Amino acid sequence: MPESTRITSNRNISLKEVWQRRELIRLFAWRDIKARHKQSVLGMGWAIIYPVLMMIAFSLFFGLLVKVEHGDVPYPVFVYTALLPWLLFSEGISRMGTSLISDISLIQKIYYPRIISPLASVITPLLDCGISFLILLSIAAYFGYYPSVTLLGLLFLLPLSLLLITGIGLWIAALNAEYRDMRYLLPFLTQLWVYASPVIYPSSMIPARFLFAYGILSPMAGIIEGFRWAVLGNPFPSTLLISTCIATFLFFVTGLYYFNKKERVFADVL
Amino acid sequence: MIAIKAEGLSKWYRLGEQGMLTKRVMNAFRKQVGFWALDNVSFELEQGQALGIIGANGSGKSTLLKVLSRITAPTKGSATINGKITSMLEVGTGFHSELTGRENIMLNGVILGMRESEVKRKMDEIIDFSGIEKFIDTPVKRYSSGMYVRLAFAVAAHLDPEILLIDEVLSVGDAAFQQKSLQKMGESTQQGKTLLFVSHNMSAIRNLCQYVILLEKGKIAKFGLSAEVIGSYMKEPTGGLFPKWIALNEKLDERGTTVEMESIELVTSKDTAEVELSCPFIIRMTYKAKGYAPLSLILCDQTGEVIFNSLNNKEPNWYGKQLTEGKYISECTIPGNLLTEGIYSIFIYICIRGWTDGVTTKHLYFRAIDDGVLRGDCYVAYSGIMRPALQWITRKAEEC
Repeated sequence: MPESTRITSNRNISLKEVWQRRELIRLFAWRDIKARHKQSVLGMGWAIIYPVLMMIAFSLFFGLLVKVEHGDVPYPVFVYTALLPWLLFSEGISRMGTSLISDISLIQKIYYPRIISPLASVITPLLDCGISFLILLSIAAYFGYYPSVTLLGLLFLLPLSLLLITGIGLWIAALNAEYRDMRYLLPFLTQLWVYASPVIYPSSMIPARFLFAYGILSPMAGIIEGFRWAVLGNPFPSTLLISTCIATFLFFVTGLYYFNKKERVFADVL
Repeated sequence: MIAIKAEGLSKWYRLGEQGMLTKRVMNAFRKQVGFWALDNVSFELEQGQALGIIGANGSGKSTLLKVLSRITAPTKGSATINGKITSMLEVGTGFHSELTGRENIMLNGVILGMRESEVKRKMDEIIDFSGIEKFIDTPVKRYSSGMYVRLAFAVAAHLDPEILLIDEVLSVGDAAFQQKSLQKMGESTQQGKTLLFVSHNMSAIRNLCQYVILLEKGKIAKFGLSAEVIGSYMKEPTGGLFPKWIALNEKLDERGTTVEMESIELVTSKDTAEVELSCPFIIRMTYKAKGYAPLSLILCDQTGEVIFNSLNNKEPNWYGKQLTEGKYISECTIPGNLLTEGIYSIFIYICIRGWTDGVTTKHLYFRAIDDGVLRGDCYVAYSGIMRPALQWITRKAEEC
């Protein structure tokens, strides 16, 4: 029996089809990485340098000058541990958000499950995150923090953050296809969220009764504090993580729904 | 087995920009302005057949292809496609300028639906077909457009779909390479593959496709054998068929030739632009001339392709002699039982002695009608662009 395709006015994303075309995800990611490093001198080096530079800048301003109250952990490790999931998040949503627009010439000329574009665009930040993780382990070791069994918590935190990124990223990608206003909104959103998340300060600064709501509005908070728990042995952020799970669920389900609804007209509205 | 079945496919496009918030709010209160790019299109295509889609610009050809290839969803209606489908709406979809030729073969191949392992297996064959081995590890941004097209076509030619949708891509690239690609596509339909081909190139359509759909304003205006549909599409080439063409400013005054064409006329028993297949007919040229007047009559089929030309250098009275100034009439008789049904056009090439440096007149269009004289007991369609009456003789081999 040959494969049969139905074409109707209300098609839906087919998981089976995405799975069949999974090679495309890898190839798109491979294309992004290859193309990204083609005309840069430092190439892959930027994956290491960028978060380290941010760590140094934050340590100078908020660790030395402003002297943010952050507990016993030395500020550079404190902030670098948070930068890892944060950069994965901010890079992830902005790459996902612009993925359809950068693949516009493809989308208008050939069919593939459109969701492959955003899914593939998260691979690069994920690899960057992996490289930074090795740097983190060495920085942490330098300050006397060695990996413990809590490190296994990342096996839960990382997939959770990917789901959250995908949920928000799909929203932005689908909105961006139709409303280019997102181009202005997106940098603002990431700017806002970096200060609304416990990157440069600990979440313990937030009054306990607001903690749950804070975690919903700033859904990376749970994951960031989770990283500090897993890598540095800080207290387990149970309230925040519950918020994160709820927010992730909401973003993911609605994001997928909206993307699915818009998928069939991307070629017309882009 | 049915490969493609379209049922009432329709596609609505909104006209005008959506624009900013204020405009959007205002639009919400207004009636939506738009048009049906596709309007209730239904057809069936059997596996192994090749279907051409023709029509004027904006008639919905590309929209139909976009809907069938799932680039965009129809507004109404549905279609079923049985078999692995690949579409080519442009050459080199997904090529990345920073990547090398080899890398782009991989990327493009997988985008077009091949497996990575399949592309790897066919890599050498593809590079070989493209004929640009030397540059295969250079980024494609350094390629000439010709090389780019060759590479893209080499990938496309090695796809192995059961159903192939192609849009006008053959209009690029050099003639020899086009031929090679057309051949490769022709082969694929012989191997039981189904082809849907959109083009303005009527001779490519006729060579590749048995059936043709003519689209007009999003609707199927005609669906049938390619020769018939192409014929009716080419019916009104310059707003109608004329038995007589009044020439305007079609003259040559150079090196011994002075000819000013006044009219070109189709002379038949009726006074219309129609000739019956079995009847000879005359093309009459009226012109003012002085000196020499080498004339060539060129007959084209409905797609504008030249079928033959005929020179007046065997004309017994005046050819090769100096014409004294005045008006002349030349007549060229085209025998019956030579052409087949359809639209033909004729134009005249006026040139200097030696048959160079000439000018051409506009085309005179006429229709050849089957009067059935040559048919005998055959009631099915004839193929080809001519239907000459040729002599047939059969003998039993042992007796001679």
